[in-house]
Amino acid sequence: MNDSQLVLTLVAAIGLGTPLIFATVGEIITERSGILNLGVQGMMLIGAVSGFWATFTTGSLLLGVIVAVIAGAALSWLHAFTSVTLRVNQIVSGLALAIFGTGLASFLGRAGSNPLVGNPSRKVFEPLITGGIAEWPVVGPLIFGHDILVYLSIIVAGVASYYLFHTRMGLSLRAVGEDPASAESAGVNVSRVRYIHVMVGGALAGAGGAYFSLALTPTWQDDPIGAAGWIAIALVILASWRPWRAVFAAYLFGAAERVQFTLQTLGDPWSNIPSTLLAMLPFILAIIAMIVLTSGKRARLLGAPAALAIPYFREQR
Amino acid sequence: MAFKRWRLFATLMVVIAMVAAACSSGGGDSEGSEPAETATTTAAAEPAEVLKIAFVHVGPVADKGWSWAHDQGAKYVKAQLGDAVEITTLESIPEGSDAQRVFEDLAAAGNKLIFGTSFGYMEPMLAAAENFPDVAFMHATGYKTSENMGNYFGAAEEGRYLSGMAAGAATKTNLIGYVAAFPIPEVLRGINAFTLGAREVNPDVEVQVVWTSTWFDPPKEGTAAESLLDAGADVIAMHQDSAAPGQAAEAAGAKWVGYNTDMTEFAPNAWLTAAIWDWGPFYLAQAKAVIDGTWKAESVYGNMADGMVALAPFGESVDEDLQALILEREDEIKEGIFSVFPDPIVDQDGNERELGDIFTMDYFVKGVIGSPTG
Repeated sequence: MNDSQLVLTLVAAIGLGTPLIFATVGEIITERSGILNLGVQGMMLIGAVSGFWATFTTGSLLLGVIVAVIAGAALSWLHAFTSVTLRVNQIVSGLALAIFGTGLASFLGRAGSNPLVGNPSRKVFEPLITGGIAEWPVVGPLIFGHDILVYLSIIVAGVASYYLFHTRMGLSLRAVGEDPASAESAGVNVSRVRYIHVMVGGALAGAGGAYFSLALTPTWQDDPIGAAGWIAIALVILASWRPWRAVFAAYLFGAAERVQFTLQTLGDPWSNIPSTLLAMLPFILAIIAMIVLTSGKRARLLGAPAALAIPYFREQR
Repeated sequence: MAFKRWRLFATLMVVIAMVAAACSSGGGDSEGSEPAETATTTAAAEPAEVLKIAFVHVGPVADKGWSWAHDQGAKYVKAQLGDAVEITTLESIPEGSDAQRVFEDLAAAGNKLIFGTSFGYMEPMLAAAENFPDVAFMHATGYKTSENMGNYFGAAEEGRYLSGMAAGAATKTNLIGYVAAFPIPEVLRGINAFTLGAREVNPDVEVQVVWTSTWFDPPKEGTAAESLLDAGADVIAMHQDSAAPGQAAEAAGAKWVGYNTDMTEFAPNAWLTAAIWDWGPFYLAQAKAVIDGTWKAESVYGNMADGMVALAPFGESVDEDLQALILEREDEIKEGIFSVFPDPIVDQDGNERELGDIFTMDYFVKGVIGSPTG
């Protein structure tokens, strides 16, 4: 039963969705503070290359993830500086960050006399449990058969959800994203809140990048993450700025990424569908979901922060 | 307001700095650092003028695959000719109309010999060649030529056949998964040759093809390989530029036939062998021809006999008897007494048909599962 295509596809969807959960939850936290950071692709790539470097140098996966998190946060500081302190157009700054991060990652990958590029990872995240309960029918591979980052990503989503909706700091964060002037008059330091949460978003994007270079495709090559950073931005809307929904949106997307290949192996009539059409599947799915979510009355319930992407001037109303 | 203007200025500076930094690291990469040791033979004859050569690749040269193999060829030319040549390498240039501008920029910058190493550069290069009639253009893997644009490729199918033999002997489930890029003749030839080789040693083998619609996208290509492993394949073959399918095979305890270069290090246990490229001598001959003024726009199709195509070292799991059989077949191919494709040939549906022009091959042979149209 564990060999059925359904189970195997769902297991693969969880693996492919995991980096997207990190990045999407991070971007949700960032956007909840009213800052739009389109540089996710750049931050993920920086996380991927620096995490790979740390593991490659020290042989420690834990250090790899820690370094990736720090690197992602450091890069996102640039965006916080330009959008919070300099108050520049956040779309321009975010896109610049995506391009900059991509270039910097590939530059770092070939720097030095013994460059990282083209090397397989020294260590790879393996499933926590093999055999035993991991072989139980259906629930074994689906629930117990993953590496530690898969569980961590779900914990991150849970913690983020609790933080956003059940803590005082979460309330301040949401207030800053909705109406920074009111939040400021209630004693919240708007720019500090925005700095912190942009960097939390960057840190999580870095972790998502490291999942690629240390687990999914454990190697460093110039562009090892596909379009994950851009997909994460779309998933924020799909998840309507709620961390729990990001988990399901990411898995849905992971499933679509996988199903396009599984269908080709299923024989008639599935394999008659042109593969180019199947390659569009994840994106078609995202567009349909967005149309459904953002149309009519549902749009109001969506939860987009009202002050998203609007620079905040302290004494200018 | 002065304040606002300052802010605008600061924004612009930051953005320009970022973009500039990104471009300088990701975009171009000029080869000029390595001093040549053997810059004597031809270089001495024509010391007056430096030949500027440009390479345009669809993926990163660090892919350890297709583009990397071409880049090794460029490095070989540099090592052989030294200061007589100046080589510019552009990576990750998308196929399509934008590529024409890239070719024309390179021609305008004084490059006299320009190589484009991907199928989709054919039309853009043709258009650029018309605008720069005194520049020699060479296009890999295509079929169109003009007065100053030639094309070149090699019979990868010879190496594919041999690697198929290794795969056919390795499979226990009799199902081999093949991660394939695009349904074009080059890829179909490879799949067919591979399948014929696999079925020579194991007539029960079937080859399941999955299309990715990418040349280089590691997560996608790895996922495609996993879907094949989950469908029951225990050997993965590929026509891709990344090693991701091999890593997926390694993780699943399956076997792997690579492509382009020796990729053993990515999956040491899974590695069987691969059809690989050696472009260096060909590129050197082209550069010398331009220097000597004897260059002509030709169609070059290399093979195992002239060394453009080779077979990578075998993995440890390939036993010696099988290695001997494969090497024997390799010798027969080199001597021209064994031809990879029989004529007539049996197609996917079991019908005998004429082999036809292999450069426009648009069908699968018997034993392949999947659609030859993608």
